[in-house]
Amino acid sequence: MTNRAPGRRAGRSLLLTSGLAIALAAVAVPFYWLVVGATHSSRELFTSPPPLLPGGHLAENLATLQDTAHFGRVVLNSLGIAGVYTLLAGTVCTLAGYGFATYRFRGRETLFGLLMLGLVVPTQITLVPLFRMMAELQWLGTYQAVITPNLALPFGIFLMRQSMAALPKELLDSGRMDGCGELRLFLRVALPPMRPALAALAIFLFLYQWNDFVWPLIVLRDELTFTIPVALASLQGLDETDYGAILAGTSVAAVPMAVVFLLLQRHFVSGLLAGAVKE
Amino acid sequence: MSLAEPLPAVARPRRRGRAAPYLFVLPALLLFSVFKLYPIGWSFVISLHRTVAGTETFVGLDNYRRLLDDPLLWTALRNTAIVLAVQVPLMLALATALAVALNSTLLRGRPVFRLGFFLPMVTGLVAYGIVFSVLLNKDYGLVNWLLGLVGVDPVPWLTDGLWARISLGLALTWHYTGYNAVILLARLQTVPAELYDAAAVDGAGALAAFRHVTLPGLRPALLLTSVLSTIGTLQLFDEPTVLTGGGPDNATLTIGVYLYRNAFTYADFGYASALAYALTLLIGLLGLVQFRLLGDKS
Repeated sequence: MTNRAPGRRAGRSLLLTSGLAIALAAVAVPFYWLVVGATHSSRELFTSPPPLLPGGHLAENLATLQDTAHFGRVVLNSLGIAGVYTLLAGTVCTLAGYGFATYRFRGRETLFGLLMLGLVVPTQITLVPLFRMMAELQWLGTYQAVITPNLALPFGIFLMRQSMAALPKELLDSGRMDGCGELRLFLRVALPPMRPALAALAIFLFLYQWNDFVWPLIVLRDELTFTIPVALASLQGLDETDYGAILAGTSVAAVPMAVVFLLLQRHFVSGLLAGAVKE
Repeated sequence: MSLAEPLPAVARPRRRGRAAPYLFVLPALLLFSVFKLYPIGWSFVISLHRTVAGTETFVGLDNYRRLLDDPLLWTALRNTAIVLAVQVPLMLALATALAVALNSTLLRGRPVFRLGFFLPMVTGLVAYGIVFSVLLNKDYGLVNWLLGLVGVDPVPWLTDGLWARISLGLALTWHYTGYNAVILLARLQTVPAELYDAAAVDGAGALAAFRHVTLPGLRPALLLTSVLSTIGTLQLFDEPTVLTGGGPDNATLTIGVYLYRNAFTYADFGYASALAYALTLLIGLLGLVQFRLLGDKS
């Protein structure tokens, strides 16, 4: 039964591989078309047949974005907000993940369970009160209003606890024997082997903030403070929507992230999976 | 500081060690309490009030009573239920098939495929919403042009109620199938190969092996992906906002979109909060049902 003719096996292999290749091509169409669309004017886009190859309008589209939406500034906003968020949230989540994974202490399970509640409760439930809180703090329209509320991200804490649980206890104990303080132990002994997990966390947090839409939409007021998704959505709402420009902006939002992901994916996927399948 | 020095060397790390775990988790707990727990409680208080022109009056459970005979809420619930009943199972079946294919030794270039199918997940919701709305344009979209080549009349992807729902489902499937497949695949790789060998010895065909070895092995991952998909579907907001704006004629209105409208378009914060609580209850209930259906008996 198991000794199939090699020719037959090769045929089945070819069938499966080409089938999946077709599926992958279908998945890739929106990406390809995004790049094509970004290089055409709105008028060229809405002709029949639609353009299938890249055109020459990219620079013009980017200029339009700059004129109508201060796009250069918007990209800097997105980079800055996502960067600062990744740094701060990464620190909070890593500290908490380490605490929950490597110490036994009273209330550990309860406190961790409380944080994980955040995974189940829908984000919408906090929108209204958070909005009011920001108004009372007079933070509306500021970057800290975008960054602060999600710093203790439950999924990030979960991810770090799962990864940190793999730290050998002997490693930490021998550090303590050498007279290492708890903070130094964390920084010098625990963190270095966690580099892949930290990379996964950083990519996840950066993507989360880079793509976040609803909350920035609610708290940001001035066009000059907008992030990329908010700016794109506001452009789409205009009467004369310039889709060439919008697609150029969308490429700016999507393509660098795809490239970063391709470069770092090994860390990302394995790091995420370490958290996802253990339970 | 000299006072501390005479302490025995062993006692020091122990004493410090007792406070250390709390210090590590403190920032997360503080931030979570202020920006999550407190708003969750506050939201309930708001839901007991009615906001009219900026002033609030206590109305007890009136907002919750209003939920029961709000036709738009029922529309939103029905739309969400359709996605839950049709798109989620189809996507998970597709993801399972994809995971099995990606796990097959017959497949060449596995890393490329694994990566490629995961890539849509990296794209922001607004970005892919915009791309899909242009691709699916009735008169000039690429999809209708391709269909026209094989003689299909233009499909009103975003302007007809039924087709708008289908488009929403397609966009969601495009975005999340690969992600779910990767979770399922990771679980699949933990299923011992001996189980398949044993099944083959017992004379089980490919289909029987799938039913009796693959599916039971996938159970925890299926639970995880279906719970995640359910939560995501119930909170659905970004896709309909960008793709259809909840239309046409509310055919893609979701609870998330309706909640947002009430809060930030009509400034009816009390009712929006009541909606949020009803939504939480629903998510909790459905989560429980899924654990019962798919979870281990233990």
